[in-house]
Amino acid sequence: MPSISKIRLEILSNLPVTHNCFRLELGGDGLPDFAPGQFVQLEVPGKYLRRPLSVHDADNERIVLIYKTVGEGTALLSQMVPGQALELLAPLGHGFTANACKDRTLLLGGGLGSAPLYLLARKLIAAGKQVNAVLCFNTAADVVLQDEYRALGVEPVIVTLDGSMGIKGMVTDAPLPEHDFFYTCGPLPMMRAVCKTLDTPGEASMEERMGCGAGFCYGCTIQTAGGPARVCADGPVFRKEDLLW
Amino acid sequence: MVRDLSTDFCGLKLKNPVIPASGTFGFGLEMADSFDLNILGGISLKGTTLEPRFGNPTPRIAECEGGLLNAVGLQNPGVNALVSEKVPALRKLYHGCIIANISGFAVEEYREACRIAGACEGIDIIELNISCPNVHGGGMAFGTDPRAAAEVTAAVRTVTRKPLVVKLSPNVSDIVAIARACEDAGADGLCLVNTFLGMRIDIKTRKPVLANRTGGLSGPAIFPVALRMVNQVAHACSVPVMGCGGVSSANDVIEMMMAGARAVQVGSENLRNPFACREIAETLPQLMEQLGIEKLSDIVGCV
Repeated sequence: MPSISKIRLEILSNLPVTHNCFRLELGGDGLPDFAPGQFVQLEVPGKYLRRPLSVHDADNERIVLIYKTVGEGTALLSQMVPGQALELLAPLGHGFTANACKDRTLLLGGGLGSAPLYLLARKLIAAGKQVNAVLCFNTAADVVLQDEYRALGVEPVIVTLDGSMGIKGMVTDAPLPEHDFFYTCGPLPMMRAVCKTLDTPGEASMEERMGCGAGFCYGCTIQTAGGPARVCADGPVFRKEDLLW
Repeated sequence: MVRDLSTDFCGLKLKNPVIPASGTFGFGLEMADSFDLNILGGISLKGTTLEPRFGNPTPRIAECEGGLLNAVGLQNPGVNALVSEKVPALRKLYHGCIIANISGFAVEEYREACRIAGACEGIDIIELNISCPNVHGGGMAFGTDPRAAAEVTAAVRTVTRKPLVVKLSPNVSDIVAIARACEDAGADGLCLVNTFLGMRIDIKTRKPVLANRTGGLSGPAIFPVALRMVNQVAHACSVPVMGCGGVSSANDVIEMMMAGARAVQVGSENLRNPFACREIAETLPQLMEQLGIEKLSDIVGCV
């Protein structure tokens, strides 16, 4: 198992990016290297368990996490302000296999699943790969990260379930660019549709309610082609052929 | 002054009393690259059954004030994988006390799993888990009735000479009666307590949060109750007791030992801080100094 660090970081910013999503930037010393698709377990003052959040962007001095206020924990997190400190465990899990893509890749994001795919896009572009992205949201008000993808030189195809922006429907309703490998992160029904529709090889980042996030508690097990697997430690990224839908 | 943290448990010398509890530290290898495991007095491995088990559907975890509920349902690779893969791999890195936690659904199954674990050189203690609340028709059913507890303890006693420690359930009206029944049936030690049966409901969906409906409560919320039970059992029985339940600090370890525990298991705290056991072991000498304790074993059962 890879080495895990417990680090205390300062909040640099914690600002809303949509009506219910926040962008949290933390900075400090001792940050490890992150592979795209890895996550952290973030302390939330007043809550017993940490919250697993995927890494949207990171370098040696800062880490950016994007989260949705879905319950009490994330609501508490959204009230934290710059200057306050938060402890996290990192890096956790197995991320995307960036070198599985030969030349042309397709990223398929659903909601905040678009966040970890951004770091992957940045690394793939740096490695000279061609990157296309299709990002799906419920409605126009939920669309995030469009400008950040554009800043990388990737014009994401936007899909909304209600048609209020871009193409109407599911991510699989968009014309999908040619690619030799795909990476997907989003709600399970979306990833299931992606894995069943595309005949190209790919990887999907799974989500499950976690306890420890580090492989101890067996709280987040799913059944895979290779047997029971812990989403936190054996995943969260799995190869398409290993996932049993 | 050099503080003596060592403790004797069932004839084994542990360098300190701090042991990650079963189910909260995997098979010990998950943190092997993050810190030197040899700072731990012992490691209790994930609950293991005769045959491999997938466990319960998810969600298996529900948070609550002061702790969490789990309903993992004894997911494990089976006792043969334990003795052929997990224990040998851990033994290469770790020289302390390795505790195999064995569970089952029938007396014969417990006996066979304990026979296999008992024959494994790397295992120091067999922890007989008769207190898992998250499986049906086994586990806790043996730990809530003195006669059933005695029957399974006696059956296992015949197949291993290794120290046999029975892990008790707190979901009983008289834990001393169960503890005495296990002691009389041949247990070399007792470990208490396992989790408290609990439940949470999602008020939006009007459904239980856990797929299993109910789960075991652990964490700081249960510490005072666990402490009271350890105190009662330690004074009623003559075999050594491992204290377990909501321990999250060096302070809690001292309390458990004062209540009568010779060794102390740390559970849920590992799930939010995988470095917890190392930090507790490192903090104990300072706390002993503050309290004027030279030898940790001197305080066992002083209350």
